[in-house]
Amino acid sequence: MEGNSKLSQFQPVKSIFEINREERMAPGHRACAGCGPMIAVRQILQSLDVKPVVISATGCVEVTTSTYPDSAWLVPWAHVAFENSAAVASGVEAAMHALKVRGELKEERPVIALAGDGGTFDIGLQALSGALERGHRMLYVCYDNEAYMNTGIQRSSATPFGAWTTTSPVGKEWPGKAEIKKDIMGIVVAHGTPYAATASISHWKDLMTKVRKAVSQNGPTFLHVYAPCNRGWRFEPKDTVEVAKRAVETRFFPLYEVENGRYRITVPVAKPRPLEDFLSLQGRFSHLLKPENSETLKELKSIVEERWSKINAAASVQAQV
Amino acid sequence: MAQFESVQTRKSLLTGDEAVAHAVRQSNVDLVAAYPITPQTIIVERIADFAASGAFTGQFVPVESEHSAMSACIGGALAGARAFTATASQGLALMHEMLYAASGLRLPISMAIANRALNSPLNIHNDHTDVMGSIDSGWIQLFAENAEEAYDRVIQSFRIAEAVNLPVAVNLDGFTLTHSTEPVEMLSDEAVRGFVGRPPKRDSLMDEAPKSFGLMSLPDSYQFFKEDQSRATTGSGVTISQVEGEYVKLSGRDHGALKIFGSGSKVMMVMLGSYAGTARTTARQMKNGGEQVGVISLGWLRPFPERQFLDALEGVETLMIMDRSVSYGAPAGPLASDVMSLLYRYGIKRKVIAVTYGLGGRGFLEEDAMRLFRYAEKSGPSFESFFFYGGE
Repeated sequence: MEGNSKLSQFQPVKSIFEINREERMAPGHRACAGCGPMIAVRQILQSLDVKPVVISATGCVEVTTSTYPDSAWLVPWAHVAFENSAAVASGVEAAMHALKVRGELKEERPVIALAGDGGTFDIGLQALSGALERGHRMLYVCYDNEAYMNTGIQRSSATPFGAWTTTSPVGKEWPGKAEIKKDIMGIVVAHGTPYAATASISHWKDLMTKVRKAVSQNGPTFLHVYAPCNRGWRFEPKDTVEVAKRAVETRFFPLYEVENGRYRITVPVAKPRPLEDFLSLQGRFSHLLKPENSETLKELKSIVEERWSKINAAASVQAQV
Repeated sequence: MAQFESVQTRKSLLTGDEAVAHAVRQSNVDLVAAYPITPQTIIVERIADFAASGAFTGQFVPVESEHSAMSACIGGALAGARAFTATASQGLALMHEMLYAASGLRLPISMAIANRALNSPLNIHNDHTDVMGSIDSGWIQLFAENAEEAYDRVIQSFRIAEAVNLPVAVNLDGFTLTHSTEPVEMLSDEAVRGFVGRPPKRDSLMDEAPKSFGLMSLPDSYQFFKEDQSRATTGSGVTISQVEGEYVKLSGRDHGALKIFGSGSKVMMVMLGSYAGTARTTARQMKNGGEQVGVISLGWLRPFPERQFLDALEGVETLMIMDRSVSYGAPAGPLASDVMSLLYRYGIKRKVIAVTYGLGGRGFLEEDAMRLFRYAEKSGPSFESFFFYGGE
């Protein structure tokens, strides 16, 4: 579908002077001090010159920004439910196209669906898959804080192996979460999605460049943003960006993009820091650093290594071609 | 009637589903998002045909579920578009959550429901279990007795929805109407387009000044939203009548809130949907034989046409209320419960017999109607007032 012609040009973000300085998230919202997802939202919205339409899934970002009669959103915004942000955004995109054909709308706006990991990896996966397959021009952003934080830190399929949550507690029989994190990027890429990328709030130029690149595509795009939650991960509010940074530097959360099937690591990590540097800041992993859980820690390290190798291999193979 | 005569009409043989698809094609619809389910499928197939040939000028979004169908319609309506979907049975149940979102957001969305039974056991045939499960979801609920009425009511639904800021569902019985071919007198494309026009301007995601929709409401405000919504639904009858009145001028067809046959008869059978025709034919025969029987066929269920219904009770002694769905463990079926609470609220005493029948496509013939009329005529002080009727 045709979109807004201005959007198809895309400029990488090289310095703070190249971003949109207009604030799109009003102060005074109710998010916790040190909230990672709110940092992500601010970066995403200020990547763009045009005002996007944002469709929020139910979740932390939604409830903390939209208590009647207040709204912190300085862009057009709607919330409908938890599992359907991709479907609602599909309807917005199709409607804009219909109205433009009828001459009742001058210019289509970029559409951003915004959901947490629960709303993406779990309950919203079907709606996301449908929207990707149908090819709507939209950017789907998953802000990943690796559990259901709004309801009180319950595990999701995005929660990493070994992490404590209120539904993956640590005990004699349980090591924290016993299952590995779902490969959401692999699932998205398997749809033939033109552009999918991971990003972290700690690497804001990389994140904002990826938002611009995604919005310039004439089709569905996906951004998986690592957005630490200090309440759920059990760390000091001041450490949010540091935790996100260490996730990248330990190769725990690799930053890469997949453009028309081609993998590229956008933030190479030649010499990774020890995984403990990331884990030790967070209460949710504190049990892994105890001697009796050394086997679980070993297993987590091998999962991290395997994930990195897979992405690195995909990127290297294509670099040689 | 000069205006009526000036409108070109075309008599066609159509199934109920096809009639609905034509109504959508003619009604300047911007967005159709739908998922296939028997017996609604022909609606979606025909709209897809119209889109493929260019006869339908909106966007057709073949979603991956009914939940997403309603979600996409909500997104479309939030962007200011005229949106339509169609579903049935399990599909309506799956979109249940979104029905409340659509009405709570006060969005003008139209939907056809090809009424069908609900699992378990699996059954694809007609009854009203699907819509009765969603009857309190805040949608205006209209019922068609035949394919032509379904066509008319779908065209009207867009005008109604946009005037009162509420979603509207048009119910048509699965197979009995959706798959039976009947003569339908369609209006010309120009006449329908002129009648429905374009949606009036409303707050939308496309507005220059950014607006927020679907905010979270705490105990200090939630009830006020719901009270407002309830008042709008109850009061929507005036607008529905106005739109119907305008449509009569165009088509000569007046469906109204309810149809009465045998006004003032001692026994009145209260019906919903296509089986009313069978009851009416039977009542006509019996009336010719001197029996005092008649039929009230409801065209609206939400809002319940209170005034019109109460007006129809003059001279009536017994109401036999026919439900094609079960409210398990309740004092009566859902339609009977509605009528009884209305009577009690206005202090009106009538003998009521609540009958559950026609579940999962179980037939209802003239002999069945006659047997039930006779039962209602004879029933003395010890009559059974709530029972399942399954023929003999």
